Amino acid sequence: MPARIEGHAILRGPRAEIDACQSAVEQAMAQHGYGREALFAVRLALEEALVNAIRHGNRHVPDGQVDFQWSVDGDEARFDVRDQGEGFDPEAVPDPTDDDNLEIPSGRGIMLMKAYMSEVEYRDPGNHLAMVYRKSKDA
Amino acid sequence: MANDSSRLRISAVNDVVRIDFVDRDILDEATIRQIGQDIQRKLEPMSAPKVLMCFTIVEHLSSAALGTLITVNSLVKKKGGTLRLAEIRPEILEVFYITKLNKHFSIDESAEAALKALA
Repeated sequence: MPARIEGHAILRGPRAEIDACQSAVEQAMAQHGYGREALFAVRLALEEALVNAIRHGNRHVPDGQVDFQWSVDGDEARFDVRDQGEGFDPEAVPDPTDDDNLEIPSGRGIMLMKAYMSEVEYRDPGNHLAMVYRKSKDA
Repeated sequence: MANDSSRLRISAVNDVVRIDFVDRDILDEATIRQIGQDIQRKLEPMSAPKVLMCFTIVEHLSSAALGTLITVNSLVKKKGGTLRLAEIRPEILEVFYITKLNKHFSIDESAEAALKALA
């Protein structure tokens, strides 16, 4: 089994930056034998995390950057996404699965991350997202 | 037959507007916005449109893409029409179930089944 693989990137917004991060993580996970379901789950969660940080977290931050750190080993993949915004209260986000909210086009990113990852935590003040995917979730 | 967008293949099957995605990934915000605009432009002049959206080759989609589907569905309903989704891969279908959007959309296994339901 290969050693733990780590990566770090600063994202400023262009789509190519997100694609490059996704590609690097996917390659590392493939090297460590993660299956198709895991790759799908992490790709979806990372998409939501990075886009949220760039579009919403840094919305009021001119030239804002997103700090993305990750590591993958044989047991788990860890991700830390930090934006430069004021943060937010994730508990205040309405439940998109409530019947009253089903027709609202936005607000599903956090619930998708929680559904597909083993751990999702927004650290105070809500501008640092930490996520873990455990390979055992694959089984 | 009309190619209204490079990201979509839009065709007519009798009185049904069939929309096929041409990309495996529907993730990029700009592309998703373009897709929404192309579909709205196509449907705008129609009354009671019957619309089929096929996800045959789609492997990944984001919550932003779901948002666009919801917007399109609202437009179709407002016009008294019907939207059906079809040929969704199991992984993507799970996303609809997790978000409970399977309750919001009419989803068929195949395009044939959807076209039959729209007839």
